[in-house]
Amino acid sequence: MRFKAPVWVGIVFVAATLLALPFALAHAGTAWVRITNFALLYVLLALGLNIVVGFAGLLDLGYIAFYAVGAYVYALLASPHFNLHLPFWLILPAGALLACLFGVLLGAPTLKLRGDYLAIVTLGFGEIIRIFLNNLSRPVNITNGPQGIARIDPFTLGSFDFSRGEKIAGLDFSGPIKYYYLLLAVTLGVIVVTVRLQNSRIGRAWEAVREDEVAARAMGINTTAIKLLAFAMGASFGGLAGGMFSAIQGFISPESFVLVESIMVVAMVVLGGMGNVWGVILGALLLSFVPELLRYTVEPVQKALFGRTLVEPEVIRMLIFGLALVLIMRFRPAGLLPSKVRKRELSERHR
Amino acid sequence: MDIFLQQLINGLTLGSVYAVVALGYTMVYGIIQLINFAHGEVVMIGAMVAFSVISALAPGGWPPLAIVAVGTACAVPVCMAIGYGLERIAYRPLRHAPRLAPLISAIGMSIILQHLAMLVWSRNFLAFPQIIKVEPMHVGGATITSVQVAIMLTSVTMMAGLALLVYRTRLGTAMRATAQNQAVARLMGVDVNRIIAVTFVIGAALAAVAGVMVGSYYGIAHYQMGSLLGLKAFSAAVLGGIGNLPGAMLGGVLLGVVEALGAGYVGDLTGNWFGSNYQDVFAFLVLIAVLVFRPSGLLGERVGDRA
Repeated sequence: MRFKAPVWVGIVFVAATLLALPFALAHAGTAWVRITNFALLYVLLALGLNIVVGFAGLLDLGYIAFYAVGAYVYALLASPHFNLHLPFWLILPAGALLACLFGVLLGAPTLKLRGDYLAIVTLGFGEIIRIFLNNLSRPVNITNGPQGIARIDPFTLGSFDFSRGEKIAGLDFSGPIKYYYLLLAVTLGVIVVTVRLQNSRIGRAWEAVREDEVAARAMGINTTAIKLLAFAMGASFGGLAGGMFSAIQGFISPESFVLVESIMVVAMVVLGGMGNVWGVILGALLLSFVPELLRYTVEPVQKALFGRTLVEPEVIRMLIFGLALVLIMRFRPAGLLPSKVRKRELSERHR
Repeated sequence: MDIFLQQLINGLTLGSVYAVVALGYTMVYGIIQLINFAHGEVVMIGAMVAFSVISALAPGGWPPLAIVAVGTACAVPVCMAIGYGLERIAYRPLRHAPRLAPLISAIGMSIILQHLAMLVWSRNFLAFPQIIKVEPMHVGGATITSVQVAIMLTSVTMMAGLALLVYRTRLGTAMRATAQNQAVARLMGVDVNRIIAVTFVIGAALAAVAGVMVGSYYGIAHYQMGSLLGLKAFSAAVLGGIGNLPGAMLGGVLLGVVEALGAGYVGDLTGNWFGSNYQDVFAFLVLIAVLVFRPSGLLGERVGDRA
């Protein structure tokens, strides 16, 4: 591939920004580095779900279940709960693999369902997983129930501990900043994989199935296998993100894997422009950062306007968030950065 | 046997509430093939409005039934207005958008409704005043309360009324025509926009009554009560075959009964490994099982695929 000079300048600029970002954020407070880390986790989730919803056109409303599977695999195998402390490079893939297995288990019998039926089945699956996590504390304590699992091991490589701050080359690398670089690397890896996937034989098969399943089958595509592949792949990305969430957070409970989270990830994918990797990333970043920004601005603004807090910031935050979802869909129904195919569809429909 | 009868009665009560809510989902789906994701919140608002009215009137010494009737009479128009607003704001502008767009805007509306309710009614659990004396009646070895009887009777009446409306009136004919083919219905002089709005409004009215019933059955209202209820009711609609009115009724009742019986027996069947805290699992397990073997639901016809 040959880039022209301006492209290279752009890439260098973006790379420099991404590399310097955590230090700038740390200036505003370590909380912002953490928020950025969670935003990156959401980017991972949204990219994974995008394979299922955006590429293959299968609406999955229980995606967070795979995140939960990955998170719990990590937590159970690397915490004082069972007194197991396996290394992360072993259990992170294990979590992704188990999530993948769950994806296949759910997908194999249900993928012949279309559209909304599939949506509700996946939604039910997500709830089932959550209820089991919530209740599998007796008679044998596996998940520790609603209390969740605490003191989960952070990532460590030899003596390098991702959760502990240290000075490297004169720079202050706090725990969250280390995780930021790790997450950034993983996210870039996943972006490369999804972009390459989209333009591959498999990606084109997904698109064909999404647009017209009957025609796709007539062209010799094994539609069941290709849909199952999307499900499994999306699930394993979710599992991977879950494992990282577990390690970064250090504590997980079923609370983190409620239906609203699934819906949030779907909203990120659709809002950004499903099927378009960059749109999905934008959607994930927006929906993770905007509520946080509102958290820090709503209260001062109220104080400035009325002299006191009239309405709880949390409520206003959610009201604005809901309104934003409605308005964005109203004016950009194909998402903020629609994929080319979607754009074409929309204009055709209005001819 | 006593447990069986008791759980059957509980299940039928709960199931008839599910059925009424499910009708709202299935009507909207039948006519525009979209999930009304905010329907559960309409139920919640219904319960909340009724709660306020009933609490305000309770000390007045009116007959309890009259108070509940006034509460319902206030909840219904409020919910109808919300249903209309939902259609105008979240659905009508997006009728030709990609299928997932209205889903997201409806989710937005449901977030807004929930938090508005939280502003108005606080984030606490609100206890309905116990004005109706619970008179248990004994049937076999089980008890059935007057509230349960009232819920079942109201549900059946409303379902019958809806069936009459849909299958016996001009409006119902127009609704069915719109559901079958909007373009042709329009050519036949049906005001499609009005019919779709009316469908939302009727669904919301049913939801309001369902909200009052749930509130008085459990004696509690909460700004988040709509989510799980809506989810179950939607599952019920899918179970019966979405878009199909008798299917929603059947699915609702079935789901309620399965849930109650499951909760009643799971402990015995698994040697107390699993308890009634798994109640919510049954609804979804049954749903998945039914859909795997009957992909269009129990009474659903095989509809054309639309992505």
